[in-house]
Amino acid sequence: MLRAVRRNTELGLIVLGTLITVGAYLLASLARDASIPGNLGAFLAIVLGLQLAAHVAVRRLAPDADGTIVPIAGLLNGIGYVFIVRLDEAKASPKGLAGLQSGWIALGILAFIATLLIVRRVRDLERYRWTIGMAGIVLLLLPLVPGVGKTINGAKIWVGIGPVSFQPGEFAKILLAIFFASYLVEKRELLAVSRHRIGPIHLPDLKHLGPVLLAWAVSLVVMVSEKDLGSSLLFFALFVALLWVSTERATYLVVGLFLFGAGSVFAHSQFTHVQQRVDIWLDPWPVAKGDGYQIVESAFAFSSGGVTGTGINLGSPNRIPYAETDFIFAAIGEELGLVGATGVLVAFLLIIGAGLRIALRTQVPFERLLATGLTVLIGVQSFIIMAGVIRVLPLTGVTLPFVSYGGSSLISNYILIALLLRISDDTVQREEGRTR
Amino acid sequence: MTRQIRILGTALMVCFALLFAQLNRLTVFQASALNNNANNTRAILRDFSRPRGTVTTADGVIIARSVPSGDRFELQREYPEGPLFSAITGYYSFTLGSAGVERTYNDELAGRTLDLTFRDLRDLFVEKDRTGDLSLAVRADLQRIAADTLGDRKGSVVAIDPRNGEILAMVSFPTYDPNQLADHDTAAAAAVSAALDASPDKPRLSRAYQERFFPGSTFKVVTATAALTSGAISTDEPSYPVSTSFTPPGTNRPLQNFGGSSCGGTLFQVLRVSCNSAFAQMGVDTGADAMIDTAERFGFNKSVPIDLTRPARSNFPTDFERNVPALAQSAIGQNDVSATPLQMALVAAAVANDGEIMVPHVLRTVRDTDGNIVDTYNPKRWLTAMDRGTAALMRDAMLGVVEQGTATRLKVPGFVVGGKTGTAQLGTDPPRSHAWIIGYGGPAGEPPSIAIAVIVEGQDGASEQTGGRVAAPIAQAVLAAYLTTPSP
Repeated sequence: MLRAVRRNTELGLIVLGTLITVGAYLLASLARDASIPGNLGAFLAIVLGLQLAAHVAVRRLAPDADGTIVPIAGLLNGIGYVFIVRLDEAKASPKGLAGLQSGWIALGILAFIATLLIVRRVRDLERYRWTIGMAGIVLLLLPLVPGVGKTINGAKIWVGIGPVSFQPGEFAKILLAIFFASYLVEKRELLAVSRHRIGPIHLPDLKHLGPVLLAWAVSLVVMVSEKDLGSSLLFFALFVALLWVSTERATYLVVGLFLFGAGSVFAHSQFTHVQQRVDIWLDPWPVAKGDGYQIVESAFAFSSGGVTGTGINLGSPNRIPYAETDFIFAAIGEELGLVGATGVLVAFLLIIGAGLRIALRTQVPFERLLATGLTVLIGVQSFIIMAGVIRVLPLTGVTLPFVSYGGSSLISNYILIALLLRISDDTVQREEGRTR
Repeated sequence: MTRQIRILGTALMVCFALLFAQLNRLTVFQASALNNNANNTRAILRDFSRPRGTVTTADGVIIARSVPSGDRFELQREYPEGPLFSAITGYYSFTLGSAGVERTYNDELAGRTLDLTFRDLRDLFVEKDRTGDLSLAVRADLQRIAADTLGDRKGSVVAIDPRNGEILAMVSFPTYDPNQLADHDTAAAAAVSAALDASPDKPRLSRAYQERFFPGSTFKVVTATAALTSGAISTDEPSYPVSTSFTPPGTNRPLQNFGGSSCGGTLFQVLRVSCNSAFAQMGVDTGADAMIDTAERFGFNKSVPIDLTRPARSNFPTDFERNVPALAQSAIGQNDVSATPLQMALVAAAVANDGEIMVPHVLRTVRDTDGNIVDTYNPKRWLTAMDRGTAALMRDAMLGVVEQGTATRLKVPGFVVGGKTGTAQLGTDPPRSHAWIIGYGGPAGEPPSIAIAVIVEGQDGASEQTGGRVAAPIAQAVLAAYLTTPSP
C-alpha cells in the first residue's frame, strides 16, 4: 500500500515539476521573440519522457524507495536546462549547448537506471571497497598524468581520451564516499578508542589513522596540483563528516577543522591563485573591472533581479563569465529573483533532508554512513558553489548539481541519487520483512 | 551515529540559512546601491537593446534616432546630421557612456518615466514601445547657418530666446561625430574617443557651455549694469575724461586703450567705442561689492541649471581686498574673469528680457510613440540681473553700439538689434585675441525675441575692431535668419 502511495506521489511530483520546467521554457521563448516555441510539444514529451523512464525504473527496481528525490532532481535539471539553452542562444556564437545538455541528461538518466540495475544491494559494494577506493584515488589523480590530463580555465581537472573529455573527480567523489563508508564501518571502534593524548586531544592508534591522513594528503594534492579548491574542500568535508559520524568522537571534528585550517593557511601563504580568490572574496571592488569582474557582475545580477527577477530571457546574465556552469545560480537569481533562487535553495534542502532521512532510517551502519556521505557530497557541493557565487565563501569552481551545464557532473549526480534510492529501498524492504 | 547525523543536518540547514540571508542582502537590502554602482553597466545594456526615442529639432529635423543594427544590441543609435548637433545631443555609447541630451533625458528616451509608462492601463496588455520622443527648441536652419558661418574656425555660437530660455542654436567647433562614439565596434569607438581626448583643442567638450574664455569687452555690459544699479553713474553723469589710459589707485601700471587711442564721455559714448580707460574707472567707482553682486546676479560663480551635462561655471573674482588694479581689470573682462559663451548669451538675454534670466533649456516637449504630448517644459525664471528700468537703459546703450559703434556689422534692416563686441587679448606675440560679440534682436515695438553670443578663438590682431569684424557677421547671419523666419 505504502509502496503505491510513494510511487504515485513520485509520479505526481514529476508531472508537477515537468509543468514548471515547460512553463519556464515557454516564458523564455515568449520573452525572447513573443512566440510560442514550435517544439513545445516535443520538449514536453522529452522532459516528461526522461523522468518517466527514471520513474518506471524506480517502480521496477526500487519500488519502496523515497519518492521525492527523483522529482526534485528532475525539476532542478529542467530549470537548469532552460537556463543553459537561454544563455547559449543569447550568445554571439552559440555553442549548441541545448543539444549537448539534453544528451547529457539522457545519459544521466541512463546511468541512474544502470546503477539501480547493477547495484541490487548496497551492501555488496562493501566487498569491493579496496578496489573502489583505489579506483577513486586513481580517478582523482588521473588529470595529473601527462598526456591524459587537460588544463581548462586554469584547473587541471579534466581528462581527455580521444574526443571525449570528462572530469574524473566527479566520479571519484562517489567512489571515495563508498570507500570511506566501508573503511570507517570496519575501523570505527578502533578509531574511537584513544591510545594517545596530546593535551586535551585524544588520538587513537596511529596506524589506524594512516588512511585518514592519506586522504587529507590527497585532498591537499588535489588542491595544489590541480588547482581545484572546490573539489578539495568537498573531499575534505566528506571525509571529516564521515569520520565524525562513524566514531561519534568530536575529537575528529576538532582535528579535522584544525587540519583544514592549517591547510588553508598554508595554501594561502604559498599559492597566488588561492590568495587571489581570498582577496576577491574579501573585497572585489578594487578589481571590479579585472579579477573581481565575475563576482561583481554576479552581485549586480542578483540586485537587478530583485525579489521577483527580471523574467527569463529579460535579464543579461551572459555578462557573467561561465554563467552556464559555475555561475548558473546568478543567472537564476537575476531572472527569477530572490523567489527563484530561494526555490533552488529549498530544492537542495529537500534533497539533503531526504538523504539524511534515508541515513537515519537504515539500521545497517555501512548504509547509514554511505547515505550520509552521499548527502554530504550533494549538500556541500551545492553550498560551496552557491556560497561562492554570492560571496559568502571564496569562489571555488564546482558545478551546481543537476543545474549547471556539464556531462560528468550530471551523470555522477544521477548515479549518486540512484545509490541513495537503493539504500532507501533496501531499508524499507527489510523493515517490511521482504528479505533481499 | 544518529545524533551526529542530526547535527550534520542542522549544520547544513544553518549553511543554507546563511545563503538565504545573503540572497536577501543582494536582492533587497543592497539592491539599489548595487544597481547604482559605478561599475554596473547593466541598466545601460538593457536600454541599449531596447527601443529609444528620437530627438527632433523645432523645425522637424531628426537629429538622433535608433535603427536596427543586426548585432547583439539590436539597435544602433544614429545621428543623421553627423557632428552638427553634437554640442546638444551628445552621444550614447555602450562603452563610453553618454552625454548631452542623450544623458539628461535618458529616462524619457528609454521610456522609464512614470508618465510614459502608466499613461493607459491598456498599455500593460498591448505590445507597444513605450519610449519618449524629444522635440527640442533648437532650429536646424539656425544651427546650420551658425555652423556654416563659423566654418572651421575654433569657436562657438549660442542663440537663446530671452523670453523663455529656449536654446535656438548651439554650435561648438571643433567637435566630434557622435556616430563614431556610438559605434558598436567598441575598439573603433575607443580609438576615436582616445584621439578626441588627446587633441589639444578638446573637441569633446562643448565650447558653448563647458569651456570658459576671457569675455573681454563684452563684460562691459555687466560693468555698466553694476554701475547703473549701484547708482555710481547715470546715463549723463559722470562724463569720463578723454584719455589713452587709466591708472588705478595703488599701482603705476596704466590700463591702455586699444592701440593707444583716446576716448571718454558718458555711458552711451564709452560703450559705443568700448573705452577701456572709462570702464576700468567705472568699475573702480562702482566698487568691488556692487560689481561682485551684479556679476553673480547675471549667473557668474553659479552653476547654470541647463538641461545638458556638466556645464562649466563662469567666474568673476570675489576677493579684491586691497587690489584695486585687479578690480579695474575685471571691469573690462580681464584678470580672472572667465565666461562660457552660454553665460555671455544670458547676459544679452537679461538685458533683452527686462533684467530677468530664464532657465536655459533645449527641451520643448516629450511625446509618446503615438505623437501625444506627455510632458512640456515649463519656462522658469532663474535670476533677476537688474530692474526693468536699468534693462531699458542697457538696451538703448547696446542699440547705440550697433547703430554707430563697434558692432555695426550686427545690423538687421527692419529690426531692433543691440550688441556689444569684445576682443580678449591673449597676450601672445604676434598679438592674438578671442573675437566676441553678444547681442539681442527683435521686431520694432516688441520685446526682443533672440539673444546671442559668438566667440571666435585666437584671431590675429588685438584691435577693438576684431570682435566686430570677425564675430559680428556670424551673429548677424543667425539674427537675420531668425527674425525674418519666425519659429514654427
